[in-house]
Amino acid sequence: MTEGLIGTSVRRLEDAALLTGKGRFVDDIELPRMLECAFVRSPHPHAVIRSINSDPAVKLPGVHAVFSYADLAPLFIKNFIPPDNPALEFAETTKAIVLAEDEVCYVGEIVAIVVADTRYIAEDALALVDVDYEILPAISDCRDAIAPDAARAHRHASNNIVAEFRTEYGDCDTAFSNAFHILNLSLKQHRGSGHPIEGRGIVIEFDSTNDGLTAWSSTQGAHRVRNSLVDIFGLDETRVRAATPDVGGGFGSKHIVYPEEIIAAGAALLLKRSIKWIEDRREHFLAAIQERDQYWDIEVATDVKGHLLGVRGSMIHDQGAYTLLGFNVPHNASLAVPGPYVLPNYQLDVIIATTNRVGTIPVRGAGYPEGTFTMERILDRVANDLGIGRDEVRRRNLISADMIPYELPIRARDGSTTHYESGDYPACLQKALDGSDFEGFQVRQAEARSQGRYIGIGLANCTKITGRGPFETGIVRIGPSGQITVYTGAMAMGQGIKTAYAQICADQFGVDPKNVKVIAGDTRTVPMGIGGFGSRQTVTAGSSIHLASIEVREKALKTAAHMLEVSEQDLELRDGKINVKGVSELSVTLSDVAKALSGAVGYSRPKDIPLGLEATVNFLPTGLTYGNGVHVVEVEVDISTGGVEVTRYVVVNDSGRLINPLIAEGQIIGGVAHGIGNSLFEWMGYDETGQPITTTFADYLLPTAPVVPNVEIVHHETPSTVNPLGVKGVGESGVIPAAPAIMSAIENALDPFGVNISETPISPPRIIELIQEATSKP
Amino acid sequence: MSVRSESTERRNIKIIVNGHRHDVEIETRLTLADCLRHHLGLTGTHLGCEHGVCGACTVLINGKTARSCLTLAVQADGSEVTTVEGISDDNGELHPLQQAFHEHHALQCGFCTAGILISMLEFIEENPNPDESEVREALSGNICRCTGYQGIVHAVLDAAQRLRTPDQDRSA
Repeated sequence: MTEGLIGTSVRRLEDAALLTGKGRFVDDIELPRMLECAFVRSPHPHAVIRSINSDPAVKLPGVHAVFSYADLAPLFIKNFIPPDNPALEFAETTKAIVLAEDEVCYVGEIVAIVVADTRYIAEDALALVDVDYEILPAISDCRDAIAPDAARAHRHASNNIVAEFRTEYGDCDTAFSNAFHILNLSLKQHRGSGHPIEGRGIVIEFDSTNDGLTAWSSTQGAHRVRNSLVDIFGLDETRVRAATPDVGGGFGSKHIVYPEEIIAAGAALLLKRSIKWIEDRREHFLAAIQERDQYWDIEVATDVKGHLLGVRGSMIHDQGAYTLLGFNVPHNASLAVPGPYVLPNYQLDVIIATTNRVGTIPVRGAGYPEGTFTMERILDRVANDLGIGRDEVRRRNLISADMIPYELPIRARDGSTTHYESGDYPACLQKALDGSDFEGFQVRQAEARSQGRYIGIGLANCTKITGRGPFETGIVRIGPSGQITVYTGAMAMGQGIKTAYAQICADQFGVDPKNVKVIAGDTRTVPMGIGGFGSRQTVTAGSSIHLASIEVREKALKTAAHMLEVSEQDLELRDGKINVKGVSELSVTLSDVAKALSGAVGYSRPKDIPLGLEATVNFLPTGLTYGNGVHVVEVEVDISTGGVEVTRYVVVNDSGRLINPLIAEGQIIGGVAHGIGNSLFEWMGYDETGQPITTTFADYLLPTAPVVPNVEIVHHETPSTVNPLGVKGVGESGVIPAAPAIMSAIENALDPFGVNISETPISPPRIIELIQEATSKP
Repeated sequence: MSVRSESTERRNIKIIVNGHRHDVEIETRLTLADCLRHHLGLTGTHLGCEHGVCGACTVLINGKTARSCLTLAVQADGSEVTTVEGISDDNGELHPLQQAFHEHHALQCGFCTAGILISMLEFIEENPNPDESEVREALSGNICRCTGYQGIVHAVLDAAQRLRTPDQDRSA
């Protein structure tokens, strides 16, 4: 039936505009009488606001208003942004407040908005808003935060615990009492911010016909923006639309609704004018979400052959000042530990601590990198302790192909158990070992060492939960012009989903994907939506679009049969035209069919076919789908500088059936680069008082072209069994096993010194320190 | 109030952008990037960091790359400026470098792309026969968060080859 578009590397439909400067990003939007704004932000990690004097700022020519809590509060039904799960229980003091009433809890927290003719003038005026602060003791490190006598991150809180939970199954006590070997490890894991190259931004378009708002937001969740505006201002849906222009990357940074967006909307309502906010990079460092710090203390039990018997321990997670979304990061991290391995008994106690730093939510990978790092570090340690090869210890512990589908008695957020529905982990590992010549590396390493060079190889496996529901809408509509259009609640933020969706749809109509328009992320065209995160959109929206396309195709054939007075079985659909098989002159176009289904006065139409050549599908996945990957990395360490060069990178990736291999590879390679950043470069520093100390790209290093190697990708395609396309998500898989694979390689390179790495990221000075520590041991 | 009075001095400048002359009256503190984007409507030049590191805002001033976020518009008075809008020809045909970016999947969100295209135009001009490590080094002043650079590197090598004249060919 299909023309075989699925699985082909169609070149992207998004490219032409972006390559010629014709993209339309949020800052490219110009509206009549639009004002611009800037935010007065707290310079203190923790303080009480005694008073705000904005008179000098308001008097500055070009300034229209300065609004603080007192001005905007009357508009708010509630002064906080709801978490994604309304039933979530957590410390009330960490609710994600929109605008500080009288207490600020991190550097960068908003105190007031300045609205002016231009951003230049608004920024001038920031310096003229006089805020009198009473500085309070602050808590910076989440490990200190949980001490009973620690300073409080929120002055009215009785402690700094946001929540605690335990992830467990099996019986660890018995497992440990029967163990042949027990080992301990402490891990310090850090991930910075998403840092899309386009920062955050929003244009609030004020509609004077109904006092309504259109929020043009650079966001990963247009519907979440719309819903928050509805909730907070008590506006009904007819007065609020959220839509996305081109979005310059997300990576988690644009996954929440930010106070800036709500406050700008409030100012637009008060002034009855359109308002633009475009952040600068410093604001992104101060006030965009991060993933930041986790501290793990783990105990591991194995049998004599290195089979895992049990893992137990605790983890402290830095939530930052506010609970912006929920506990996705620590929760996912705890779920990710077993990964593709047989882990019979598991128990992790998690403490989520609030600190006077900006709030944390998922960055690409969302806790999976941390859980995977923990498991992969465990396996390297087991291999070392028991004298087993690092590949062999993994082989012994992997879930074998005949154990799939595999049920892990661990509960996901929606209460479902973890159900690996398809995959072949040992085959993927073997492909990676073969593809990287893992076996032959020892010889090359010995040769390099004889020349005084320290090269190493490392490996890591991962699984990734993908395709999180409940749904994402796909609407396929063919208009009287013959134009095929896909509307979806899914969010395009650079991944190339418009091309992938066009492929899925075009496949049913035998047309070039170029002839399919995809409109994504606009609440006016698709009323419900969830958003772009968690490697979920090709699974959810892709399936909906696939099913809607089939429905429209069938409707078109049925209608054409009526129009041509033949049976449906005698028709074929090709190049957007339906004709009687073998008789090309007996045909109708999709445009003809669409017109017939639009209804016309005085003409008959097929009575049993509903009007409109269109279909809407909200595919509801019956379960989550799990992708997996293996990374094998080679590095060279300069022991005089501590510098690490990643010299080779092999990835085996199973994301199920691939819609567009080129785009999938782009996702994987981009993820690997992000993982290299997390391993070697990206560190969001705070001092002990909670002041951020890395607030430029000169202090916080993103990976650049010379430090990212070419990535060799081998695909392994095990179709998912829980969606009609057989797809699994691919947006995050590249980042997840990167850090443990790289650390494993660095350790291997420094094997002669006996260096152990238990942290991310690792800097050259730290490597030197570790070498010195290791060699000075008696 | 001194903030304001010092910053609102205005001046007339003439700049030739992508071959078209513009006379504009601007504040002396206006950056070239903001002048291009908001006064001339050339929004293809993007701002990623506004402190000169990410390279998204790179344009050519008299044929040399410059960070338009750190360049004042008045500094470009009398200069010829090339932006991403000026790379392809007037018929809208993609330049071989743009075409190679398309074929090698050298962009995802496309936000950093303008600056990278401009930087690589200058680079290929000066190095018609680069190897991979030279391309990676030349790219080191532009940050891309999406692609991991691989597609960009391959696109630049491919475009360089397509643009080389026979006498520039190393292998010749």
